[in-house]
Amino acid sequence: MEEIRIVLPNITDFHKLEVYEQNGGYKAAKKAFEMSPDDVIDIVKKSGLRGRGGAAFSAGLKWSFMPKGNDKPKYLAINGDESEPGSFKDRQIFEDNPHQLIEGILIACYAIGAKTAYIYIRGEYHKWIKLVQKAVDEAYEAGYAGEKMKEKFGTDFFCDIHVHKGAGAYICGEESALMNSLEGHRGYPRIKPPFPAQRGLWGNPTTINNVETITNVPKIIEKGWEWFSSIGAQKHPGTILFGLSGHINKPGVYELPSGILLTELLEKYGGGVPGGKKIKCVIPGGSSMPPLRGDQLEGIRMDADSLREAGSAIGTAGVMVMDEDTNLLKVLLRITKFYHHESCGQCTPCREGTGWMEKSLKRLAEGNGTSKDLDMLESVANNIEGNTICALGDAAAWPVKFMIQRFRNELEEYLKPEVVIPVKNKVHSMRQTVNPLSDFVR
Amino acid sequence: MTFQFTEDNLARVNKARSKYPTSLAAVMETLWIAQEQNGYISDEVMDQVAEILQIDKVDVLGVVTFYTMYFQKKMGKYHIQVCTNVSCMLRGAYDIWDEVKAELGLENMGVSADGKFSLEEVECMGACGYAPMIAVNEDFHENLTKEKVLEILDSLK
Repeated sequence: MEEIRIVLPNITDFHKLEVYEQNGGYKAAKKAFEMSPDDVIDIVKKSGLRGRGGAAFSAGLKWSFMPKGNDKPKYLAINGDESEPGSFKDRQIFEDNPHQLIEGILIACYAIGAKTAYIYIRGEYHKWIKLVQKAVDEAYEAGYAGEKMKEKFGTDFFCDIHVHKGAGAYICGEESALMNSLEGHRGYPRIKPPFPAQRGLWGNPTTINNVETITNVPKIIEKGWEWFSSIGAQKHPGTILFGLSGHINKPGVYELPSGILLTELLEKYGGGVPGGKKIKCVIPGGSSMPPLRGDQLEGIRMDADSLREAGSAIGTAGVMVMDEDTNLLKVLLRITKFYHHESCGQCTPCREGTGWMEKSLKRLAEGNGTSKDLDMLESVANNIEGNTICALGDAAAWPVKFMIQRFRNELEEYLKPEVVIPVKNKVHSMRQTVNPLSDFVR
Repeated sequence: MTFQFTEDNLARVNKARSKYPTSLAAVMETLWIAQEQNGYISDEVMDQVAEILQIDKVDVLGVVTFYTMYFQKKMGKYHIQVCTNVSCMLRGAYDIWDEVKAELGLENMGVSADGKFSLEEVECMGACGYAPMIAVNEDFHENLTKEKVLEILDSLK
């Protein structure tokens, strides 16, 4: 497949404003400001651009949900929290192409009628936050942000861009938790509806887009939706930043057209598995997505629809590869430990369930488990899935559920036919409390 | 011991405050500035942050205890963070974790007696393609081996 670079062009020093300007930078914003906001939304809608943050929702459609009229301030929030294990693509954009991100923000703000945009970046990215802040300052200086825009672009429209630094919470990548975090609260997800387009930041209409999604926008405006929609998979067009990690010879971020064969991605770009070993398991979209069996990778294409058919999801396109010697029980334990740590604690199924799964898996990894425990874990996972406010519950349940369904034989290698559990752990019943239940009944 | 923002930092707080329609929203950035100045978020720091932003202290406390990157005790001059999440683990992060623990003689969230080092096992830092990694304060060190980790630690001693 030929290489097309939209988000990460192969140009030296592209992060510098003058280089970006020399290569047609901020011309797309000018072009967009000459159209009506509805036309901009229409172009993005027709281009088929889908969100790159996990849900793969149509970006243009999301923008069109924003109410018209100016009775309330409107906001744009850019999600650069990027905390999904296996995902490290946005930092590449912060480092190599921050001005295209800013230009995308200008266009998006214009389309939805927002006057203020916040770029939320995870706290661990100290270095990249400074880089983005520097680019934003440059943009202000040059008149590509703030009130100076009126002069520079000759329009009435202008918008402010602020960088917000997170402080270490995976859950803030969830859009409603991100809004709470921006408002200065604990990062608790909100119940939907109301959706952000109705009641978002400070109760006002808000759109939240992923960094990569927004960075695509200037090129779509510049080259037209027909051009964009002809790249890659028809229903999920454009390029995707694939992050390869784990047991692979050449890990890193690769920008490739969507719909590329997973095997091609791993062999041609990733350089195969070290030592020529076989692949046991691939997680195609960051740790919360259902894992795929290494012996069933033929023919799987990397776009939202194809992966759904294959029984997984594109997620953030962080591809984690595990070779034949990997202890999948330990991998599953580590994933579950992560979700237990990151559960915000609002919903009981997730708060208790993730801890329960971690404890059980730890016992299994220590060699004190039987096949029945796998059934129990599956049932716990099933009871978390769909029963929580946000998708973290599903994210914690899917790896457990699908790992057990698809790799039962491999997991059973580490289990015993029978285990005698010490009595103190076995008893977990109301009857053992200090006051017998019958006392209350009487 | 009371905590006071320096004049420069006070200006930064005011700048942060101007980014948002409410002062509560500036609490995260204000805490970052306070942590930079004080090293950690003490009770006095929370008092001062609440006073400056004119918000309830309980809101400050809620934020401090929710986000893992605000320290509630004094950490070492060099805060060593080792990622052990899946991508790093597949490439030997636990060997590195054991090595660092042994070298520094610290457990998770431990601080050395001389206050020079502290250690934390962290979740995914977004360096999966360059695993395994450690971070020293704000700086990422990637594509590590045990030898390289020892070199880094030696250079800090």
